[in-house]
Amino acid sequence: MAASPLPPPDPQFVLRGTQSAVHALHFFGGAQGQGRPLLLSGSLSGLVHIWSLQTRRAVATLDGHGGKCVTWLQTLPQGHLLLSQGRDLKLRLWDLAEGRNAIVDSVPVESMGFCRSSVLARGPERWMLAMPGGGSDEVQILEMPSKTSVCTLKPEADAKPGMPMCLELWQADSSPRPLLLAGYEDGSVALWDVSERKVCSRVACHPEPVMGFDFDSQKARGVSGSAEKALAVWSLDEQQALQVCRTHELTNPGIADVKIRPDRKILATAGWDHRVRVFHWWTMKPLAVLSFHSATIHSVAFATDGLLAAGSGDQRISIWSLYPIRSDASTPSLGHAEGREVGTQALA
Amino acid sequence: MDPVQSAVALTVREALHTLSSSEDGGHLLSTLGALKRYLSGAENPALPGEQEEFARMHFSAVLRCLVGRLSPGWLELLPNGQLEDLWASFFLEGPADQAFLVLMESIEGAAGPSFRLMKMAQLLARFLSAGRMAAVMEGQCRQLTEPAFRLLQETLLIKVVGLPDHLGNRLQRENLEAFLPQNYFPLLGEEIMRVLQAVVDSLRGGWDCSVSFLSQVLGKACVHGRQKEILGVLVPRLTALTQGSCLWQRVCWRLVECVPDRATEALLTGLVEAASGPDVLSRLLGNLVLKSKKAQFVMTRKILFLQYRYSTPMLQSLLGYLAMDSQRRPLLRQALKELLETWGSPSAIRHAPLPQQRYISSALLICLAHLQDAELRDSQDELLASLMAGVKTRLDSSLPAVRRLGMIVAGVASARIHPDGPPLRFQYEEDELSRELLALAAPPPVADSPSEAEASPAAETPDRGSVDSGVPQAQPEGSGSDLDSDDELVPYDMSGDQELKSGKAPAYVRDCVEALTSSEDWERWEAALRALEGLIVRSPAAAREVSVELAKVLLHLEEKTSVVGFEGLRQRALVAVVVTDPAPWPLVCPAQVAEYLTSQFYALNFSLRQRIDILDVLTLAAQELSRPGRLPPQCGSPSPTSQPSSTQAPAWRAVVQERIRSKTRRFSQRSPGRGPDAGPNEFNLVAGYFFFPLIRHFDRPLVTFDLLGEDQLVLGRLVHTLGALMYLAVNTTVAVAMGKALLEFVWTLRFHGDAYVRRGLLSAVSSVLISVPAERLLADLPDELLEARPWLADVAEQDPDEDCRVLAVKALLLLEKLRDTLVPLSSP
Repeated sequence: MAASPLPPPDPQFVLRGTQSAVHALHFFGGAQGQGRPLLLSGSLSGLVHIWSLQTRRAVATLDGHGGKCVTWLQTLPQGHLLLSQGRDLKLRLWDLAEGRNAIVDSVPVESMGFCRSSVLARGPERWMLAMPGGGSDEVQILEMPSKTSVCTLKPEADAKPGMPMCLELWQADSSPRPLLLAGYEDGSVALWDVSERKVCSRVACHPEPVMGFDFDSQKARGVSGSAEKALAVWSLDEQQALQVCRTHELTNPGIADVKIRPDRKILATAGWDHRVRVFHWWTMKPLAVLSFHSATIHSVAFATDGLLAAGSGDQRISIWSLYPIRSDASTPSLGHAEGREVGTQALA
Repeated sequence: MDPVQSAVALTVREALHTLSSSEDGGHLLSTLGALKRYLSGAENPALPGEQEEFARMHFSAVLRCLVGRLSPGWLELLPNGQLEDLWASFFLEGPADQAFLVLMESIEGAAGPSFRLMKMAQLLARFLSAGRMAAVMEGQCRQLTEPAFRLLQETLLIKVVGLPDHLGNRLQRENLEAFLPQNYFPLLGEEIMRVLQAVVDSLRGGWDCSVSFLSQVLGKACVHGRQKEILGVLVPRLTALTQGSCLWQRVCWRLVECVPDRATEALLTGLVEAASGPDVLSRLLGNLVLKSKKAQFVMTRKILFLQYRYSTPMLQSLLGYLAMDSQRRPLLRQALKELLETWGSPSAIRHAPLPQQRYISSALLICLAHLQDAELRDSQDELLASLMAGVKTRLDSSLPAVRRLGMIVAGVASARIHPDGPPLRFQYEEDELSRELLALAAPPPVADSPSEAEASPAAETPDRGSVDSGVPQAQPEGSGSDLDSDDELVPYDMSGDQELKSGKAPAYVRDCVEALTSSEDWERWEAALRALEGLIVRSPAAAREVSVELAKVLLHLEEKTSVVGFEGLRQRALVAVVVTDPAPWPLVCPAQVAEYLTSQFYALNFSLRQRIDILDVLTLAAQELSRPGRLPPQCGSPSPTSQPSSTQAPAWRAVVQERIRSKTRRFSQRSPGRGPDAGPNEFNLVAGYFFFPLIRHFDRPLVTFDLLGEDQLVLGRLVHTLGALMYLAVNTTVAVAMGKALLEFVWTLRFHGDAYVRRGLLSAVSSVLISVPAERLLADLPDELLEARPWLADVAEQDPDEDCRVLAVKALLLLEKLRDTLVPLSSP
């Protein structure tokens, strides 16, 4: 261990020009051989900016949410389809292929909440979408692109978990059944078996609403942040039961977003205290506190090449390069089979 | 007449006659040979009775005669230096004391450099190297108290110890190596050791001996200031010899006891210095302190209270010596009492130099470390009373070093003296001094110290801070390929990760004022305080409108919540207010804030802290105003018409400069280092407003504030501030008037009892000398300077405070320099 710690790092560069608070970030592309990825950002003013990390300029602006905040951005692994969720109660589908930026479809969202949706790609033309449903505590599952409602996941009457706050659809390698992790307003995280429409397990992680979580399906371990002063790390055992492994105390309360890097080495949290915190994913050892922003950070995102982006209420997006991913070191731990897994993680 | 006596007398008379008259070598040889029979150890010696008679009555006469005959021609009467050898053998083999005395006598009697003198000196050197000095001293040890010998002994003593001086005087530049004090006294030490050995041997053999002559020699050598040389030889040897032998210890004690009173001090200080620890000292001295009043005085008063040049290890061995024996321990208790009294006595604190105070503090702590709780409890009340009085006096002092010593010692001493009650605790920063003193207070290592040393690290709780901070035990689940990669991820510095203050900082100066006066929201209050300085600097015009109000608020501001760096924030804000205040309308209302602050300095209801703050703020503001190259505060100037020109000016200048530089070829690379931009001293306009109100009322005591009475700390600060203002007013028009006022002020206070105040006065004098132009000094203030000079000289010589002396010397040097600059001006 070094005698004196490294000085706190500085951002690699900063993207300005959204002219309103940044609420959603998503890296797009950047797979092998495609050069640097693009960064998508969704702002409070309803615009989606597409940033080139090469020129560090916005290459396109998508306006499809009528001036209402964009809360979630996601691209599908195949093709150039972009999903954007806005507070105008619309989920837009954009075609970004060959420089196009046209709305190809739109799904109505029935919830007024802040819950971000989630997708699970099961095939090139078959994917599943989970989004907050019409009832205050419901999650709606849609089969896409047909937009057929598969089911509505409604907790049992006596559970009263409150609204869903964040969702993640995933599928274990061993079974074809889609599973849904949902963080609720009462601070609990529940695992749903989508096909059976029942809760497999539910665990109370926080005393406050869960604001964001990320799940490492390979290790069956997840981390969640809430409005309180702690991160919770929980795991899923073979019986599909969730249990809290440990909590990690923070200096200031409020975590808006949590992301694990695709190589599952580190994770980053977006703090209400204007700081991004970086932890060692496996040991939860704090590694860095990135202070650059002057307002709440709403979103963090990792690119497949390890780049970290943080979007904040101060209308800036900071890009950080920490602990570069070493391809030779990471290859043995990531077999070929998990390659796809990594890809979806990056998109999660 | 005894036949033996007469026979010897006859032979000697004949021989002397021959020696003094004969020029025949053979005859001389046979005569000397006959005389030599009387010396002990010769071949076919004479009868013992005859030998004794010769030694007692005739030996000196023979030697004197031999000395008298010495000349180059006489020695060459026989070839091969036979005669010289024979001649010398009388001195080297005969009774040593007489030979020594005759040698010294003849050397002293010699008129000037001569053959005989050199011969005698060489002979003396041989005498010394042959170890005859031991014989001289041993002879004195065996002769027990014959009254006739008193005089002889006295003479011998003077000659033995004074040998280097006598020889040096006589031989001047021809002096021999052996006679130099640095060589002679170690030799003398060796000889003393040999005599002591002989004494011990004869005591073992059952014969009486006296070491009093040795004691006298030792004492006299020490009085002559040769402790280091002689004791440097003696002490290590004695340390080793007394280790296991009671006889040696007794001889050693006797040796020290017999030293005359007037030499006791010199010997004892030398011994304490040379001894390597309390146990050695105890072996060498025994219970000397109890037997000899003089020794007690030296050990318990002189070394502790009257002198302070000795090192801490010396103090430790001295006090350890007192602590080692139960009979001596009362002395240690007494010493502690007296040390504590001296430590706390106001007069000692005022007049003793700092190193002495430090010395006494060390001694005090060492005493405490040696005393046991039971012993302390006996006189607990008394000790506690004088400790508390001392702490109070020390904390009242205006010198930080004195206060520090007070805090360090009081913390330790109160814990020891009053173990049941809560110890006094002070906040002071650790430094070398405090660590050193605290180390002294730890009990001295005892015999079973190794086991303690082993136990202590185990008892010490390992630092668990890092574990608590959330670093988990490495890989608790212990699986996964990530284990090996843990090393790559070196954490960054996360010390900046602090609690976020959510309060919104006010954006205007007026909002700050409002928040600071009326806000009950402490986060807002703190944010306002933090933002204030920046706001004032950014919008001086806005600050100026409320400047006096703002100053009032800041001055009365109390630290209601514990805000990190509250004092600094408040001070910087106040300084910013004072600095922005005077600029735009200098003729209408110059320096309102400074006026306000100076008037408040003498107002009724302020704490000392606030008054000192006023002084600090004024000094810092004056410093800021007088700083050359300070940006003119026109950036927020209210006149928009003048703004464009002033902001454009540097731009075109830079462009021109750049153009010139690009077209100029330089042959030598020299950095275009112009000094900082010259400009008028902005302090000029307002210096008077800072200075004169402060100096005006110092001698009018208020109910709450008495500068000339007990608030001397503030007086010291005031004097320093005035000095600083004077210094910062260099090159201003008001400097002369200020200098005059300041010198008068200094004159009235020049004999102030507090060293801190005196330092301020002296530095004020220096700043007058620096700031007021030389011609004006001479023209306007000649009398003041004339008066100041002898005072400065007096302080430079006699002040107990070292800093005062140094400052006075500096001021004197400035005066000298002033004269030097003026003399060439006035001479043509």
